[in-house]
Amino acid sequence: MSLLDLTAVELSEKIKAGETTAVEAMEAVIAQIEAKEETLNCYVTFDKEAALKKAAEVQKKIEAGELTGPLAGVPVAIKDNMCTEGMLTTCSSKILNNFIPTFTSEAVINLEKAGAVVIGKTNMDEFAMGSTTETSAYGETKNPWNTAHVPGGSSGGSAAAVAADECFFALGSDTGGSIRQPASYCGVVGMKPTYGTVSRYGLIAYGSSLDQIGPLCKTVTDCATIMEVIASHDKKDSTSIARGDLDFTSALVDDVKGLKIGIPKDYFGEGIDPEVKNAVLAAAKTLEEKGAIVEEFDLGLVDYAIPAYYVIAAAEASSNLERFDGVKYGYRTANYEGLHNMYKKSRSEGFGAEVKRRIMLGSFVLSSGYYDAYYLKALRTKALIKEEFNKAFAKYDVILGPAAPTTAPKLGASLSDPIKMYLGDIYTISVNLAGLPGICVPCGLDSKGLPIGLQLIGDCFKEKNIIRVAYAYEQSSDFPKCPAASMTD
Amino acid sequence: MSKQYETVIGLEVHVELATKTKIFCACSTEFGGTPNSHTCPVCTGMPGSLPVLNKKVVEYAMAVGMAMNCKINQYCKFDRKNYFYPDNPQNYQISQLYLPICYDGGIEIETKDGGTKTIGIHEIHMEEDAGKLVHDDWEDVSLVDFNRSGVPLIEIVSEPDMRSAEEVIAYLDKLRMIVQYLGASDCKMQEGSMRADVNLSVREVGAKEFGTRTEMKNIGSFKAIARAIENETARQIDLIESGEKVVQETRRWNDDQGYSYAMRSKEDAQDYRYFPEPDLVPIVISDEWMESIKASQPELRPEKMARYQSEFALPQYDAEILTSAKRLADVFEATTEICGKPKKVSNWLMGETMRLLKDKNMDPEDIRFSPKNLAKLIELTEAGTINGTVAKEVFELIFAEDIDPEAYVKEKGLTTVSDEGELRSTIEQIIKDNPQSVEDYHNGKEKAIGFLVGQTMKATKGKANPGLVNQILKELL
Repeated sequence: MSLLDLTAVELSEKIKAGETTAVEAMEAVIAQIEAKEETLNCYVTFDKEAALKKAAEVQKKIEAGELTGPLAGVPVAIKDNMCTEGMLTTCSSKILNNFIPTFTSEAVINLEKAGAVVIGKTNMDEFAMGSTTETSAYGETKNPWNTAHVPGGSSGGSAAAVAADECFFALGSDTGGSIRQPASYCGVVGMKPTYGTVSRYGLIAYGSSLDQIGPLCKTVTDCATIMEVIASHDKKDSTSIARGDLDFTSALVDDVKGLKIGIPKDYFGEGIDPEVKNAVLAAAKTLEEKGAIVEEFDLGLVDYAIPAYYVIAAAEASSNLERFDGVKYGYRTANYEGLHNMYKKSRSEGFGAEVKRRIMLGSFVLSSGYYDAYYLKALRTKALIKEEFNKAFAKYDVILGPAAPTTAPKLGASLSDPIKMYLGDIYTISVNLAGLPGICVPCGLDSKGLPIGLQLIGDCFKEKNIIRVAYAYEQSSDFPKCPAASMTD
Repeated sequence: MSKQYETVIGLEVHVELATKTKIFCACSTEFGGTPNSHTCPVCTGMPGSLPVLNKKVVEYAMAVGMAMNCKINQYCKFDRKNYFYPDNPQNYQISQLYLPICYDGGIEIETKDGGTKTIGIHEIHMEEDAGKLVHDDWEDVSLVDFNRSGVPLIEIVSEPDMRSAEEVIAYLDKLRMIVQYLGASDCKMQEGSMRADVNLSVREVGAKEFGTRTEMKNIGSFKAIARAIENETARQIDLIESGEKVVQETRRWNDDQGYSYAMRSKEDAQDYRYFPEPDLVPIVISDEWMESIKASQPELRPEKMARYQSEFALPQYDAEILTSAKRLADVFEATTEICGKPKKVSNWLMGETMRLLKDKNMDPEDIRFSPKNLAKLIELTEAGTINGTVAKEVFELIFAEDIDPEAYVKEKGLTTVSDEGELRSTIEQIIKDNPQSVEDYHNGKEKAIGFLVGQTMKATKGKANPGLVNQILKELL
């Protein structure tokens, strides 16, 4: 058995028990990265020497008894939209091709304090805009299960790195499904917490009112453990919430007896791949057999989530991305005449097509005369969607459905039809609009051998409900390891 | 000109608040400093940084709003105003559009005819200041200093209730006084901590509709504002009289040249694409919070004026002048506290201090001397240690350099000569040297004694005790 077969929690236990070291773990990851990176391209930045040096320092602290936490010594990959002091942070965009932050994101600081060791920065859709990791300025990431397919996005580099054992776990960010959908495509566990649970300080914003950082990892146990480490009340983030119920690992109980699970009928209509549908319903059956009360219901307003999301997220993005202007940091065009020409050329050359599309969309919906018709209406829709979920959670503890209507599409198949790509976010987006927690766990493979993901959605602050159901399901399922991961054995 | 016109003016006044730290980060708000020394990731708009609201800004805004009789929005929000300019590090400014903190207020001004008039306050909102661009023509580059970026501002937007430059100046005076009394800002126009934009239109007297208005931005002093208003009024009337139209536009007033020029018209006005700031949560102001702000409002001018008359037995005239500027009132109170002679302090402030301020073209806010030194000067005079002439000379130095009068008087030997023997021999000599004056005196010319007193003072370099000089002179004559 390779070290790489261990989960994050198992690895840390072995390190603390003196059976292996943080350095050995890092060396194993580095060997895997060196073997796989050329094919998969999970990382934008990977600093081998720095990672090894840091691992050695952490190992000393573990031996000195200073680091005793459940993630001490574990190599972690960070999505490239989280600032890391002294380490290149690009958001997979040309416009930040030389940007080295002066501070580290709060979530990453929390991980480092717990003794996790940053390996590098993972590839993503440019500024987290996309569902395939193909909009990266640094090349697409490939799905480790089948390199002709996308890993999903926007946290595709993080999901693929976890699936291919190029890290023990990773952080991603989720604005409309960017953790859960790639987790689904890559057969790993991914969770988006309740809005305000993990500090956004240091996360380069896409849609500020929707963005949340969360883990991508191998098991539900790892997920709950990582959540306990990264969740914090951060005074630097005004939207961060002081919560007293962050003991997520207490929900790792293999018991769903009496828990009420609702399945929205609307999630299984037109557009869903029958293989995905069958796998998700089979998972529901498993939970029912374990004692959960499972029933179907009408969620309502499902069709309105996508337009509302693209108006709100694009509006916020159009403003959030204004600071990338070539003046202070990042890419500046080589030749220009005057200020406005410099702005125009730097931004035209620095941003990719999908980012430009969303900036234009966002600028349009906020412009004078259109604000009420689009932006305000989208905000009202968002409030109504939240009400629909409130009604559902009055009846159910957890909502169960797919994370995505299909398994991973082929490379190049999505970008040609952006509307179709946007529609692929239908099951994940409303969770962000309502600020809810959602987790994706693998629930089978389709006939092409590509992973299918089960999504569990909880009410605000009820992460423990979905962790408990996900854990119970995981105990009764037997999901295979990704072939790319086991090849080095 | 056959028709009669009236000018309609509304003001947007930006006031920098006197908080120690910036509105959304912990950086210092101190004026000046090495460029970019008061900065952090937040106020330089670094990716990943987030704003956190300074509570004191809300409290100052509420206090100003209450003093201007505004209603308070107990649920208010920040919005983003989007525009690209290099002094604005995020290329959006965090401001308030949809739900400003204060609205529907008004302040009373005195009019030329001795009456009063209320100028409505449309709203007061909170926002962040921008950085400063420094253009280096020699190197042909522009540099940005973000020290001012994120300094808190309130923008006080009046209704179009003013009809003349005098009313505008009266309004600004009143507004400045209220803000200074609250300690919310020093309101120094020359340092940019108070800036005014003037919206002006003209219409025929009796017309119901407003004319087309222009906006003149960031005019640097009260006097310049008055000149800009006169000039813009005349320009608009000329246009109308000659059958042309006033164009809605932003104009820049050049005070040195005495004219304004168009900067941009309404057509190319920017669309700021305002929307609610998602990085900040709405501000919910509880009744208790409002009450505590109300309860801690400092004494404003009317109460102060009444107290000066009752507590210090000052004439109404003194009380009015002393309270006309917060700084003057502060110096008065501090000095009186030390020396316990309110009328003497008042005399020094109303007399010499006001004279020097006027001579040097300074505002009361520019007073730099310490109350301790003025108090010492008063004590020295009262004790007869120095005479009035010397005191005035010493005060000029206190005013200019805040010297310690006690040490100075000692060092320069300015103590009043009250040694009768010494004085007597000086006066004997002067009588001997001025026989004509002595004769005049004896012939009934009382004035002649004044000349002899003057000669004595000259001989003693002004240090002689004037009472004693008179007494000895009369005796010897």
